[in-house]
Amino acid sequence: MTTPASATGTAAPPRSRSRGALVLVRFARNRLALVGIALVVALVLLAYAVPPFLHWTYHDNDFASLDTGPGAAHWFGTTHSGQDLFALTLRGLQKSLVVGLVGGPLTTLIAAVVGASAGYFGGWTDRVLMWFLDLMLVIPAFLLLAVLSPAFQHGTWLFFVILLAAFGWMITGRVVRSMTQTLREREYVLAARYMGVHPLVVIFRHILPNAASILIIDATVQVGAIVLGETSLSYFGFGIQAPDVSLGTLIAAGTPDANTSPWLFFFPAAFLVLIGLSVAFIGDGLRDAFDPTARGAKSRRRARPAVPRSRHARTARTARNPRRKPTAAVVPAAATQEGVTP
Amino acid sequence: MTHPTAVLGVPTSRPAAGSPVLTVSDLRVSFPGEAGRVHAVRGVDFTLHAGETLAVVGESGSGKSVTATAVLGLLPDDAEVSGSVRLGDRELLGLSDRRMSAIRGRDIGMVFQDPLSALTPVFSVGTQLVEALRIHQDLTAAQARERALELLDLVGIPDPRRRVDAFPHEFSGGMRQRAMIAMAIANDPEVIIADEPTTALDVTIQAQVLEVLRKAQEVTGAAILMITHDLGVVAGMADRVVVMYAGKPVETGTADELFATPRMPYTIGLLGSVPRLDAGDRTALTPIEGTPPSMVDLPAGCPFAARCPVAVDRCRTEEPALRAVTTGAAHATACHRAQEIDAPGGIPSPGMFPTPASPRRPGGLPRAERPEVLRVTNLTKHFPLLRGSVFKHRVGTVRAVDGVDFDIREGETLALVGESGCGKTTTMLQILDLAGRRAGSVAVLGKDVGRLDGRGRRELRRDLQVVFQDPMASLDSRMPVGDILAEPLRTHGWDRARIAGRVPELLRLVGLLPEHAERYPAEFSGGQRQRIGIARALALDPKLIVLDEPVSALDVSIQAGVINLLDELQAELGLSYLFIAHDLSVIRHIADRVAVMYLGRIVEAGDVEDVFARPAHPYTQALLSAVPLPDPRKERQRRRIILQGDLPSPADTPSGCRFRTRCPKYRDLAPAESGRCDTEDPAAGVLGEDHSAACHFAAALEVL
Repeated sequence: MTTPASATGTAAPPRSRSRGALVLVRFARNRLALVGIALVVALVLLAYAVPPFLHWTYHDNDFASLDTGPGAAHWFGTTHSGQDLFALTLRGLQKSLVVGLVGGPLTTLIAAVVGASAGYFGGWTDRVLMWFLDLMLVIPAFLLLAVLSPAFQHGTWLFFVILLAAFGWMITGRVVRSMTQTLREREYVLAARYMGVHPLVVIFRHILPNAASILIIDATVQVGAIVLGETSLSYFGFGIQAPDVSLGTLIAAGTPDANTSPWLFFFPAAFLVLIGLSVAFIGDGLRDAFDPTARGAKSRRRARPAVPRSRHARTARTARNPRRKPTAAVVPAAATQEGVTP
Repeated sequence: MTHPTAVLGVPTSRPAAGSPVLTVSDLRVSFPGEAGRVHAVRGVDFTLHAGETLAVVGESGSGKSVTATAVLGLLPDDAEVSGSVRLGDRELLGLSDRRMSAIRGRDIGMVFQDPLSALTPVFSVGTQLVEALRIHQDLTAAQARERALELLDLVGIPDPRRRVDAFPHEFSGGMRQRAMIAMAIANDPEVIIADEPTTALDVTIQAQVLEVLRKAQEVTGAAILMITHDLGVVAGMADRVVVMYAGKPVETGTADELFATPRMPYTIGLLGSVPRLDAGDRTALTPIEGTPPSMVDLPAGCPFAARCPVAVDRCRTEEPALRAVTTGAAHATACHRAQEIDAPGGIPSPGMFPTPASPRRPGGLPRAERPEVLRVTNLTKHFPLLRGSVFKHRVGTVRAVDGVDFDIREGETLALVGESGCGKTTTMLQILDLAGRRAGSVAVLGKDVGRLDGRGRRELRRDLQVVFQDPMASLDSRMPVGDILAEPLRTHGWDRARIAGRVPELLRLVGLLPEHAERYPAEFSGGQRQRIGIARALALDPKLIVLDEPVSALDVSIQAGVINLLDELQAELGLSYLFIAHDLSVIRHIADRVAVMYLGRIVEAGDVEDVFARPAHPYTQALLSAVPLPDPRKERQRRRIILQGDLPSPADTPSGCRFRTRCPKYRDLAPAESGRCDTEDPAAGVLGEDHSAACHFAAALEVL
């Protein structure tokens, strides 16, 4: 055993990286996540940088070729009224990328904050928040929108993203709440409380990172859902209105013709899939970066810590009382020996 | 030959006492793991004879439980098993699950650690017992029920006719384990496999259950294969012992030989690292440095070589086989240097593992002159027992803590000890909560916490820190260690530069390396994680640390290191500890003073030497006598005070003295005297300079 050495006089060691820095490093190790980032960057460039160089704009009609398939003149074909689908798709991509990438995470953020607050504080906070949540669940979204639409008729896209998020967070909010209720009893949360850490800091520092897996997955799913959900808002007359388009409106318009003019449906849909895919890659990377046990994020230079006692061996036996059971030594070969002398 | 089993009435042919019933030879088990195959068991041989108790001892990860699971045929399908397990003359390995099911429960009985999950919660205990009987025997429902009642009576369940239809959750932990034993012996098995049967139980209940297990063995004549990590239990129960390390037996022998003359350095180290209840003076414990090897790619040579103080070059290249210590003896060990240990001119076993010097405590002032760090006066916390879903009404009161007084002076350790449900955890939480609704007062460093405002409480939190029991749960697994240690500092407004300097200092203080700041908790072993928890508690230079069972989740060899660390830190930094624990041996080792709690009250308190040497309250006496000692000879000579029944519910405390329902002394009193116990709540009576007990008839009794 060591004698506790006072560290005075020893050279200051290099400052250790904090959680944020470590998560970044671990994220950067994930190749698929980097592919996701590259894909998103490519999509953004395509949507914003390419249209000025195109022959057709999204509101031009080429009356010489109505409803033609993909070809040299119109790469993605044209619509019934002769609009160039490539130009339309890029225009739609501009809107949908912004709506999806802002709206998806925003939905999850609302869910996380409301759910975690309700679960962590309990009592009246919990009751009031849950009443509100249930209210949002039972009142049909279109009813509220119908009431609200005159007020927001001429709002910007930001309004519209917030509205979309406001109608999509409830289910996740409930899940986060119940996760928080189990997390709040954990000893590290107690420890933070007894240190005097502010409750909101506890939520953002301990509760939400430990619920990160579900939050990240939810955010990625929400991106796709928001892009499609935006069409229903357009129906109420706000957000994206003709002649402007979004991927959502293009897909909605192309769906009836998917059999006769499949390009009308498939090209916009393919871009939606690309957005979804890239976001999923990034989400996976983030999840692994947050989760210290994930394999993908480990440095390949250091040997992976071995789990000496197989999990299978544990499941085979009756669950043990965690209170008194000697802890399994999950010691990596690379980790130091018990009681290394400094 | 038939065995007279009058009680059970199951006529089975069974081997005579002493003949082998279970033979395990060259058993090997491996599992696919993420990092490669995990070789959990690497060649285990033993023979279990009728009527004997064989204990398999080892730390977590040694393969002892996998061995038991393999014998029972309960390994998952992806496990690879080779070798042979023979029950009598039947080979069990390779039998189909259906055929194994016919053997499990009939020829092999099982007792698991956690009886709550081993019993089905939705069926009554009786139904489950009847099921166990009727699966293997041709009985009518009425006959089976009759037998179930006999069995419950046999294992000491009071009033079995009433309790047979109770559900598992209505039973206490000890009663559930009794029911499990009843189920295990229901079909008069030849072998009972008990996997950590008492690990989840309190000591007084453990003593009861071990007694029942002995009785069950007497009645059935079965052999018991006992899997445990508790050397005290082994000393009391086992005839023979197998010590396992890294999936292999490293020493086997009779319990007497093994405890008296261990020959394998690991066994010697293990015995040396156990804190002992019967050790008089406070010396540092002897930890075994290092941690068990990874079972995925074991290094060549003896698996213990890396931690062994007497390893030579040969140990690192060649793995020793299990060999008899002297030719023909039952005592065998797997060590190249076994012959040299304790031989004339060889390696003496005492002192083989380096014992750190006992930290010098500042002699300093006598207790009364040292400043008070914590004073708890008449602390009372009652919880209402509510009924009703819409309109809640109070139907009772749980007296979790009911008038507790104690104080801690600078630089000393007070241990708060008691069984689960005695209120020690509530007491701790009441102190840590600072604010809170309760009666009585808590003063930390002379400040009454009830009178502090929010800011004052925050200031006080610097001086009052906590270390939790479970090192897995007390560290946020998603935060690197550096951030975990920085958290208290950030909360109390340290700037980044100071934090960056403090974190490596803290890591060194608890025997870790500054580089560890970038790792996540999952990359550390249990003992290391507990060190991180201690470092976090030390971050703000507190005066008082509340330790909530800080070592009870650790293996003994690791536990010793953590206890030593706590001792050193106290001596060096002048800390005071409030140590919450149920393990009396650890308390004797670390505490200066001890307070024994029972049903929300302190029944006996005082200097640890005084209380342990001359316990005056019958509950303290029973508690001390229930702790098994890791010494078979002493275990056999001890007279154990076995308490009757379970802890009464704190919602329904007995009148007068709370302990009278279980008190052995009360039962022996004349009615004229015992009347006093029925009506009068005993106050703490002073017995010595620093020793008091709340008993009308307090009298010292030596129980160790």
